[in-house]
Amino acid sequence: MKKHLVDLRINKVERLNETCVLLVMTSDEALPACRPGQFAELRVDETPSVLLRRPISIHSFDAEKNEIGFLVQVVGDGTRWLGSLSEGDKVNVLLPLGNGFTILEDKSARVLLVGGGVGSAPLYGLAQELKRIGQDFAILIGARAAKDLYRRDEFEALGRVEYTTEDGSLGEKGYVTNHSLLKEKFDYIYTCGPKPMMMAVAKYARENSIPCEASLENKMACGLGACLCCVEDTTSGNRCVCTDGPVFSIDELKW
Amino acid sequence: MVKTDVKIGGLNLKNPVLTASGTFGYGLEFADFVDLNKLGGFIVKGTTLNHREGNPYPRSAETPMGMLNAVGLQNKGVDYFAENIYPQLKDLDTNVIVNVSGACIEDYVACAEKVNALDKIPAIELNISCPNVKQGGMAFGVQPQSAAEVVAAVRKAYDKTLIVKLSPNVTDITEIARAVEGAGADSVSLINTLLGMAIDSEKRRPVLSTITGGMSGPAVKPIALRMVWQVAKAVKVPVVGIGGITNGRDAVEFLLAGASAIEVGTANFMNPAVTGEIVDYIEDYLVRHNMSSVDELIGALQV
Repeated sequence: MKKHLVDLRINKVERLNETCVLLVMTSDEALPACRPGQFAELRVDETPSVLLRRPISIHSFDAEKNEIGFLVQVVGDGTRWLGSLSEGDKVNVLLPLGNGFTILEDKSARVLLVGGGVGSAPLYGLAQELKRIGQDFAILIGARAAKDLYRRDEFEALGRVEYTTEDGSLGEKGYVTNHSLLKEKFDYIYTCGPKPMMMAVAKYARENSIPCEASLENKMACGLGACLCCVEDTTSGNRCVCTDGPVFSIDELKW
Repeated sequence: MVKTDVKIGGLNLKNPVLTASGTFGYGLEFADFVDLNKLGGFIVKGTTLNHREGNPYPRSAETPMGMLNAVGLQNKGVDYFAENIYPQLKDLDTNVIVNVSGACIEDYVACAEKVNALDKIPAIELNISCPNVKQGGMAFGVQPQSAAEVVAAVRKAYDKTLIVKLSPNVTDITEIARAVEGAGADSVSLINTLLGMAIDSEKRRPVLSTITGGMSGPAVKPIALRMVWQVAKAVKVPVVGIGGITNGRDAVEFLLAGASAIEVGTANFMNPAVTGEIVDYIEDYLVRHNMSSVDELIGALQV
């Protein structure tokens, strides 16, 4: 898959809460096709303390509108700069990167998407695709509190969505792995979120013999498989999350 | 037409722009962004006699205008390179240089011999300055005597262009440069990364799994320039300048300081197309300053 280095223009900025921003970008040229679960590396300008690009998962991709969406959680100087951008601003973007989620051959399989906080971002694009191809799916998203659950209306427009919050402010109180939805039968699980959550989901999947894939977010530099900084210790040795991932089958992970 | 070609030992570069080992993979990772044949050459990732898994994650930390890495020479070994990577590179119209590293002199020699057998690899860069491995690496490069010993041993086994990559983590880099020149190096390249450290104050833990790592990026450029300037005056062999080169202007600064060629490293992570842009900048610079050849720029600093 050819990778592109392009200047994208911000079409829309939506501040979802005090730390999370949705950036929708476009280009005069056709955007390269992106698959659910792939990511991009966004160049951060004008900040002397930030050297490297910021890897951000692709939240949504609309070939018809020629738009790509990113959910950016402000955690440091780089994401703070990205979060302060306005409509019309340009961002230099390297994409599409990584492998993306596996789309199953078996369209009768029932799949579960489990997200945590801003980690739910790539599951939106995945759910869009699953809806388009007619795969039966349910979405389960967990967060600390209701305010940390992003784009609920948009997720709910795609299918069934259940929630857990640690403070009980929305959905069932507790963690995703305690949710009653898991009593139902699923044939495949996709997960993205904080590592402890994904490890708990992987444990549940193993115990119930459900194939599962997880999207990792190891600290990254080049995004191209050249620097070998973002490696995950897998069953076949150190592998680059940027090119061999970010999506791995849990069978490959030593969790 | 301006002349941009330079000579490093027996190596003819169509322009002085190379890439630093470990930052450009095997070149192919960057082929979507740079015409590899446009470069003077590129230096592939550190290669050792045997497969190495490298250090545990986390291996990198971003620092103000720089980064630390502790990859630890992860690679599949020289035989894997020869069988699987070399066939993809051998028909390129540029110089593919292999960075060779080892834990002991015998390993360096055995690895260099295997690369010597690859017809289309015109040079090696001997890495006696990697700060991220427990044995070998930088241990050889911080004493003139051990540096000279490993270079002399490889010189006997390797008959093409031998570039030796120097560590800045020494009291006097010119002393090491002179020692490896005396042992038969055709060129010296500098600087490798500076030994550094990052701490996560909230967790009260080091950021890197190895605690310390090698620092690179724009923050190290003034130190690299100073060392290139000193070494270029101290040795007769051509010097390859490395350290924080992020754009064409930085590259010209290193040439002025006395480097005959330059390597672009960490900047490849910021802008994967940067090497091609630097080639264009140097040509434009020569035209703009009415120079006919890049030779006029090398060591032309007016002091």
